[in-house]
Amino acid sequence: MNADAPATARPAVELEGITKRFPGVVANHDIRITVEPGTVHAIVGENGAGKSTLMKILYGMQKPDEGTIRINGTEVSFRTPSDAIAAGIGMVHQHFMLADNFTVLENVVLGAEPTTVGVLDTARARARIRELSSTHGLQVDPDRLVEDLGVGDRQRVEILKVLYRGARILILDEPTAVLVPQEVDELFQNLRELKAGGLTVIFISHKLDEVLSIADAITVIRRGTTVASVDPREVTARQLAELMVGSELPTPETRESTVTDTVALSVSGLTMEADGFRPLPKGTPVAEYTAGLRAEGRRLLLDDVSFDIHRGEILGIAGVEGNGQSELIEAIMGMRPAHGTVELAGADISSWSTLKRREAGIGYIPEDRHRQGLLLEASLWENRVLGHQTRKPSRSGVWIDRRAAKADTQRIIDEYDVRTPGVDTLALALSGGNQQKLIVGREMSGEPVFLIAAHPTRGVDVGAQAAIWDHLRAARAAGLAVLLISADLDELIGLSDTLHVIYRGRLVARLDPSDVTPERLGGYMTGAISGSTAEPAGEEA
Amino acid sequence: MPAGLYRALLTVAGAAIAIVLAVVISSVAISVAGASPEAAFAALFNFGETERAVVNGVTTMINRSVPLFIAGLAVAVGFRMNLFNIGVEGQYRIAAICAAFVGAQFSLPAPIQILVIIVVAAAVGGLYALIPAVMKVTRGVNEVIATIMLNYIAINLAAFLVRGPFTGERAKGQLTTSTPTLPESAWFPNLNGLFEMFGLPAPRGGGLWGFLVVAILLGVAVWVLLERTKFGFEVKASGLNPMAALASGVKPKKMVIAAMVLSGAIAGLIGLPEILGDKHNFGSNFTPGLGFLGIAVALLGRNRPVGIAVAALLFGFLDRAQGPLQFANVPPSVIAIMQGAIVLLVVVANEITSRMALRREERRAARQLGRDTPVEVAA
Repeated sequence: MNADAPATARPAVELEGITKRFPGVVANHDIRITVEPGTVHAIVGENGAGKSTLMKILYGMQKPDEGTIRINGTEVSFRTPSDAIAAGIGMVHQHFMLADNFTVLENVVLGAEPTTVGVLDTARARARIRELSSTHGLQVDPDRLVEDLGVGDRQRVEILKVLYRGARILILDEPTAVLVPQEVDELFQNLRELKAGGLTVIFISHKLDEVLSIADAITVIRRGTTVASVDPREVTARQLAELMVGSELPTPETRESTVTDTVALSVSGLTMEADGFRPLPKGTPVAEYTAGLRAEGRRLLLDDVSFDIHRGEILGIAGVEGNGQSELIEAIMGMRPAHGTVELAGADISSWSTLKRREAGIGYIPEDRHRQGLLLEASLWENRVLGHQTRKPSRSGVWIDRRAAKADTQRIIDEYDVRTPGVDTLALALSGGNQQKLIVGREMSGEPVFLIAAHPTRGVDVGAQAAIWDHLRAARAAGLAVLLISADLDELIGLSDTLHVIYRGRLVARLDPSDVTPERLGGYMTGAISGSTAEPAGEEA
Repeated sequence: MPAGLYRALLTVAGAAIAIVLAVVISSVAISVAGASPEAAFAALFNFGETERAVVNGVTTMINRSVPLFIAGLAVAVGFRMNLFNIGVEGQYRIAAICAAFVGAQFSLPAPIQILVIIVVAAAVGGLYALIPAVMKVTRGVNEVIATIMLNYIAINLAAFLVRGPFTGERAKGQLTTSTPTLPESAWFPNLNGLFEMFGLPAPRGGGLWGFLVVAILLGVAVWVLLERTKFGFEVKASGLNPMAALASGVKPKKMVIAAMVLSGAIAGLIGLPEILGDKHNFGSNFTPGLGFLGIAVALLGRNRPVGIAVAALLFGFLDRAQGPLQFANVPPSVIAIMQGAIVLLVVVANEITSRMALRREERRAARQLGRDTPVEVAA
């Protein structure tokens, strides 16, 4: 502690040497953050940098392996979120945790109801909520149903909820991710009033322009550790982006281009609305309709995404997670309806079912293998059949050809070096890397013409990672078109022939992976460089 | 030991422990009811003194097991996809009365007559199950609630039909109403020959229901369908991981409708053993509750045809003892307590043993591969 600091200005939160390990991975390492009271302190970093783990530690959801947490100068040790709440910490989650069919008042008091002889004391609750709303400028009608509220109002309810529980330190986990720009402005106005009321706000984000406009102090996290604490008045978005991404970008290996002239997959004008798919009005062209949506200020998950992937080309999509990558995959796979067209080898497949698309030669390595890629409680050979249940060698007539499926699983095990006792082992018995190698082998089976590889090496060990990269390169050399979506810049730059950056559902830049600078990549990914001032998307680089 | 054998042994051991515990619990219940547990269990295993009595006892037990087995299969088809078809109860009753009525309207050679009745029963059951399936895929109505409501409708509709439009002539002195009696070509031949082959006397009454053969064939067919076909694979995938199934091109709505209709079609056959083999009509004293018992049987049999067969026989064995227990001065409701206890305990045991088997498999794979600890980034 500085000797000259007055006793009243003890830091609201002090994290020292926080380290958290998960099996095989260090999620946080020697994190040091000091948050002054009455300030908005931003914590920025890429997805996977360790922000979420850090916040879970601060909110008592996980225990750090090492390090100390001090709240207002007192050392604390949280075992559950209740301990954190008791210490005056409140968390506003990215995904709202509200009961839609309850009123604002009921949601706010839920779990901390004031009662008179066992009956909910609505008058007392309403008075307290009104007082909180007026002192902090959080205007919400306590008697409205939450399901009738907009996103911005719901967020205010979440903030009221934590204030109602007496929080003096608020953690906001990517609060702007779900908001449109006007709502972001309103949120920032609310945050300024909270600050004026003496509250401390910890603001987690990767949107640098927003961070710079609201934060009083910024801490940057990269690869699980704090790399810098900066003053927003003395730093530019570009410098911040560089700190986030790191100043050393990998140089791609020199290699021959295998890109051909034949287009394997062509996507044009892909647009997806946030609030559900509505069919096109009859006779309206897609472009006109989507322009209308934009004019109305609707939030679009995908906004006029167009690109071509040629045979033998790996097209990488860089972007901070949650900017439309999952939606893009779901639209191409036919799992979620969207406007625009998708063509595979010249055929318009926009109206095809997922099954038909797969049969036509689309392979899919899902971003979350446990959620979308595997039947954990089924054997490896059954997992080999998954997604290929209508094709040779897994099927013959109405039957599943068990012998052929098992034989082909053995082939994958041998070719892709899946370490397993046998084809009858349950998928859950395998390590993440071996599960992933099985998925890669499966999706490369049946001569696909186009492969979606979403985070193909996430959560796998280094050896498996190198093997998967080699398989992707070999398939590319054999003429496979690949859409690579990843948060790992090594992977993106090392594998891609073309690199697009996605930001808020738009492809904002097309870059040459052999000649990309960290600040430009980081700038596009975080919105620090806006698409309009740079080369427009879709332009040949 | 191969993983499959280990899992099977573990399951059997779990079930055995569960049954022993159920016996203990039932003993307490019997003692509380003021009877002697020893007498009760003696009655349970006492099939009688004479050969004829034993044959009768065995026949009662198997005849009770046949519809329970079919009911278990019906419920299991839904369970495989995490669909809880509670509507088996209503589906089988409405199917039974329709089949009994339609079957009595004409007379064809026996195989055709019986086949038509079976098809009508399956079709009615399947169509009745289509209602909650359509409600689920179009409006997201939970199938549990929809099928419970449809049960009330079916049960009361059947009661109305048997008294009204579908009622047949009442024989002199008959107290119950029923549908017209089926022509003799629809009477399913019994299997009493089996006993006679071993030199045993034929059981009294309707004898050993011939529908047993149909039930066995049905069990084999369901097993083949679920374990060997593309459709079965899609059902399994949808049940284990709906998201992965969707990403693999399995259409979830189609699967819900197919599984529900199949479940209902099988449910439609539950009442046929009794109608074709014994009563030859659908009367107001038609056996109720088989659909609900089917849920217990499917749970007990872990949704697998062989397991369901064992569970159905166990239930049949217990139900047979209703009469002997009364002679032994034990309230026969003890049987219901015992069945309930067995189902609850076996479900718990299944959960424990399947976890043990999974963990063993993980350890085994890890041991065989040396290191390779799973690496997950929980960021």
